[in-house]
Amino acid sequence: MNSATREAFGKALAELGATNPDIVSLDADLSCTTKSATFAKAFPDRFFNMGIAEQDLMATAAGLAACDKIPFASTFSVFATCRALDQIRNSICYPHLNVKVVGTHAGPSCGEDGGSHQAIEDIAIMRSLPGMTVVVPADDVEAEKVVHAAAAYYGPMYLRFARLASPTVHDEDYEFDLFHGEVMRDGTDVAIIACGMMVPRALDAAEQLAAEGISARVVNMHTIKPIDADLVEACARECGKIVTIEEATIVGGLGSAVCEVVAERCPVPVKRIGMPDIFGKSGPGAELLDEFGLSAENIIETVKSF
Amino acid sequence: MRSDMQDIAKQMRIDIVEMLAAAGSGHPGGSLSATDILAVLYFDKMNIDPANPTDPDRDRLVLAKGHAAPALYAALAQKGFFPRKDLITLRKSSSYLQGHPNMQTTPGVEMSTGSLGQGLSVANGMALAGRLDNRDYYVYCIMGDGEIQEGQVWEAAMSAGHYGLDHVIAFVDHNHLQIDGNNNEVMTVNPIEDKFRAFGWNVMTIDGHDFDAISDAVDAAKASSGKPTLIVAETIKGKGVSFMENQVGWHGVAPTAEQAKEAVAELMAQ
Repeated sequence: MNSATREAFGKALAELGATNPDIVSLDADLSCTTKSATFAKAFPDRFFNMGIAEQDLMATAAGLAACDKIPFASTFSVFATCRALDQIRNSICYPHLNVKVVGTHAGPSCGEDGGSHQAIEDIAIMRSLPGMTVVVPADDVEAEKVVHAAAAYYGPMYLRFARLASPTVHDEDYEFDLFHGEVMRDGTDVAIIACGMMVPRALDAAEQLAAEGISARVVNMHTIKPIDADLVEACARECGKIVTIEEATIVGGLGSAVCEVVAERCPVPVKRIGMPDIFGKSGPGAELLDEFGLSAENIIETVKSF
Repeated sequence: MRSDMQDIAKQMRIDIVEMLAAAGSGHPGGSLSATDILAVLYFDKMNIDPANPTDPDRDRLVLAKGHAAPALYAALAQKGFFPRKDLITLRKSSSYLQGHPNMQTTPGVEMSTGSLGQGLSVANGMALAGRLDNRDYYVYCIMGDGEIQEGQVWEAAMSAGHYGLDHVIAFVDHNHLQIDGNNNEVMTVNPIEDKFRAFGWNVMTIDGHDFDAISDAVDAAKASSGKPTLIVAETIKGKGVSFMENQVGWHGVAPTAEQAKEAVAELMAQ
């Protein structure tokens, strides 16, 4: 509980390895920190360290998938989705191979390593690839279930995990549904649609707003593509305004995906919270989140600004 | 070597010329240079059966130089994966024969390729899967000589060496030409052999238009264990069509109907 989603990834992958011999894991010299090392230790024959070579990592995973393995190819999000984008596009998505691209240390909560290492554009990039499923779990409990769901689902998938530990907002018996967002708190005045570790912040904000008489619905939109369009539409119809929040650029990510649905189905005002077309920087991850407005306070302020 | 290999390769070349002329675009030079390699692999070496295309024990071939798709399609059609009459639909909007190989649409194509430099990594992944499953299949990978300028090729060369992937048999179709000119004028690729040897590969250089030499090299590759094998195939770009041979301009231009007729007549007479 209250651990980083990358920790849950390592744990779940090792669990999967024990029950499914087709699961294989590849990493690019970051297994100790992406936590694929947990799998590597348990199943050394099914773990392949590809060295610091992300392009080779992704295309090798494609070859394994073409022979019916279920590869989880992990590295930092920024390297997975930017350095190896062409490999993900042409060798994984174009042939629709069953590779799970795992990006850890996503977003400014990655912290001290700075802007070079903080993926902000990964959701937007991955979302634009035909056939790619994009999932950003809210906490460790959900992350573990996401990994199991990924293995059970055939097709390319991008899983986004965080470096920083964050509050657990799900019970252990939570039933994860890959293609349906989760209404975590009902409300009628505004819908706050969040993903990743922004979900607990959205819940905090809703609690504080309730004290002020504002009824905020909180949606955990863990799967950004394909997005649960019916749920987004329901939020628009029933709440009349929407705030989105994601630990990523506001260009092309969750906020954009919500706007696309709203524009086509039920136009209502939407405000997007995220990185405002800037790169991150060094600093403690938790502090950076607050500094960039990825906070309950900013959600509250934004809700009130409509 | 089977006695009809010359006829098989000749038919492939005729098909390549005719499908490119019908398409009005495509890459004849590098298709014709790779033809004899593909002919020997598909008709003499590879364990594949069009009637059982998903046999887990089948050999795989990754055409890393995906622009030579016409040569691959000519081999697959003649092998019986799909009707030869469909070849002339190449690159048409209703066709399953895409400009570059697409495993989603085309029977017998083991990997979608086109963006250069990725195929060897994919072949390595297939070989790792075979090793995990205790299967004895071989994975062939056909690269272009210009293609090995891609950095990923050397990442893949390193990992094949590291993992000792002796069921990877890669070819460099060394026709010495790429779009902008001679390889070594554009970006030096030589010495190819020394570079791969340094990465832990078993390396051979052969005449890529000599069926017996291709066959013998594959046999030698299979006999070697613990290392991946690279076969540098010395070839002629546009091989078999005299006005295309060694002409850089025929890298990515399709023949006109008249040129195709001339080329086919020449091939028929060979």
